[in-house]
Amino acid sequence: MTELRFWLHQLRKNPLSFVGIAIILTFIIIAILAPIMASPPENHIDPYQIPRDGYSSTPKPPSEEHVFGTTQGQYDIFYGVIWGTRSAFKVGLAVIGMVLVIGIMLGSIAGYFGGIIDEIIMRVTDIFLAFPPLILAMAITVALGPSLNSVILALIIVQWPVYTRLVRGDILAVREEDYVEAARGIGSSPLRIIIRHVLPNSIYPALVMASLDIGAVVLSAAALSFLGLGAPEGYADWGQMIQFSRNWIVGPPDDPMAYWYTVTIPGLFILFFVLGWNLLGDAFRDILDPRLARR
Amino acid sequence: MWGGLSLELRAYIVRRLLLLIPVLFGVSLLIFAILQSFSPIERASLYVSDPRQFANLPAIIEKYGLDQSVWVQYGTWINQIFHGNLGWSKVVSQPVTDAIMNFLPATLELALFATPLIILGGIFLGSKAAAHKDRTIDHATRFGAILGWSLPTFWLGLMLLMVFYGYFSGLLPPERLSTEINILVNSDSFSRYTGLNVIDAILNWNGRVLLDSLRHLVLPVITLTVVNLAFIMRLMRSSMLETLGKGYILTARAKGLDENAVVNKHARRNALIPVLTVSGYIFASIANGVVITETIFNYKGLGWWAWQSAVHLDIASVLGFALFNGILFVLTNLIVDLFYTRIDPRIRLGGQVQ
Repeated sequence: MTELRFWLHQLRKNPLSFVGIAIILTFIIIAILAPIMASPPENHIDPYQIPRDGYSSTPKPPSEEHVFGTTQGQYDIFYGVIWGTRSAFKVGLAVIGMVLVIGIMLGSIAGYFGGIIDEIIMRVTDIFLAFPPLILAMAITVALGPSLNSVILALIIVQWPVYTRLVRGDILAVREEDYVEAARGIGSSPLRIIIRHVLPNSIYPALVMASLDIGAVVLSAAALSFLGLGAPEGYADWGQMIQFSRNWIVGPPDDPMAYWYTVTIPGLFILFFVLGWNLLGDAFRDILDPRLARR
Repeated sequence: MWGGLSLELRAYIVRRLLLLIPVLFGVSLLIFAILQSFSPIERASLYVSDPRQFANLPAIIEKYGLDQSVWVQYGTWINQIFHGNLGWSKVVSQPVTDAIMNFLPATLELALFATPLIILGGIFLGSKAAAHKDRTIDHATRFGAILGWSLPTFWLGLMLLMVFYGYFSGLLPPERLSTEINILVNSDSFSRYTGLNVIDAILNWNGRVLLDSLRHLVLPVITLTVVNLAFIMRLMRSSMLETLGKGYILTARAKGLDENAVVNKHARRNALIPVLTVSGYIFASIANGVVITETIFNYKGLGWWAWQSAVHLDIASVLGFALFNGILFVLTNLIVDLFYTRIDPRIRLGGQVQ
């Protein structure tokens, strides 16, 4: 209870965190209401596929029919960004969820047992951490064949060592506590000790930081999509929509900003999505900082 | 450099160098594992050193044993790498090793401008923010940092292009040089000493080339700088805040030193140590950023080449690039760690090394 009050107090001290919460809630609502806000046309098989209005490559400015206009290939921008919100949550949750599962499992094993197992797991994480993450993710996506699932898998492969080390560190901090010794003394199995005694007392900082990392994960996924290694053409995905706009950055000489909407709108969606998570994350970094007094 | 080192420190350096071997071995294993997801025909392109060999790939598969056991293959593969053969880059029609060497100067030029901006700018703004904690400048830099690392790099670059290339009709263009300057640079009257346009222009005493290359560098450098600057700035701020709370700062203030001397002399130097330890991270972040930045601006360097190779599923180039970056990153971290032992007096004077 005091812990909760401390958190709320810290959050109140940092009003920007509420802006962050508001932004994230807005995106959650958009994702839930996607079928209503941008209803797929009839006989549309996959709702994640953006409907096209013709095949001309030149984008069309916002109009009554297309609120945000159409991008290259006549894909509706409004439909794309709305359903793209769902794709973003899908990628973010899938990657963070998997990475946490792997991180908690390997991190607990390494941290609790120590010794040679710890050494092996840590040296393997060293190898994965020896690459600039985006470059390794790029190579893996190419190897798996470009697709959204490859991007998710590549980001999991790149991120798991980070969380494994994080969880291991947390576990090391409580491994020698008296209550753990006590549990060991009455003969509890290692699995039971880890699940009942060690994890509940050490894991929350990692959980919170991980969930706030969703923004960063979505940013990396969008970058891979932008490079042309992500979702198939026409899939509602923010990164890909920016890739579409690449050829339309500069308009005709008499109106150089003619196609501003193709790049600006999907970019703002990514920016605000990531900003929401980062605003909240900034407040939580202070909360989780053990150097701050908990009164 | 051995003279002043304690025994403990020497042992540490030796251990650190020995540790390099298993990590590099692991790095090569990981790249090799990724490689195994391809068919022997696709893998054969890694052993090609001349385009004519593509006509007879089965011969290559036979020669390098690409249908044999994994360990035999690893042996032949690593042997090729030690002989400097990383395969054939189809995108630019030259060996991967040559491609890396040819594209490296362009990327170095970009990093040469961005890195000092990131580090010096971050240190300056971060210590300013810490010295004025909870005042306007602190809040402004805090918000700027959060906004900065929420910005999708690729979007920022395109928006900058839209404004400075589109709206201001060609003021700051993409690519590395304009067409006519490019012809001039590659003609006989211009000698290429380093491959870095700015430096070559100065050495050739050619103002037009210098101006043109600088014009093309502004936007990529800004794009590469923004995100990383935010990171260093925040790190410097928190490190500085911690230092400012230390006893010796209180002493310095108590003996009546003026605030500037306290911040600049006593606090900043000590606060710099954590910033130095993340230089390895900065390298990785710039390497990541280079791929995206060069892609946006069609700036033909290593990152652009890697992107082209990835899009064309040119596996030899992508893996060659990844391996190159992995090795560079490992070496950077090694140098940072060794350098760290030199500058931190607690370690230099024989304290415990972790």
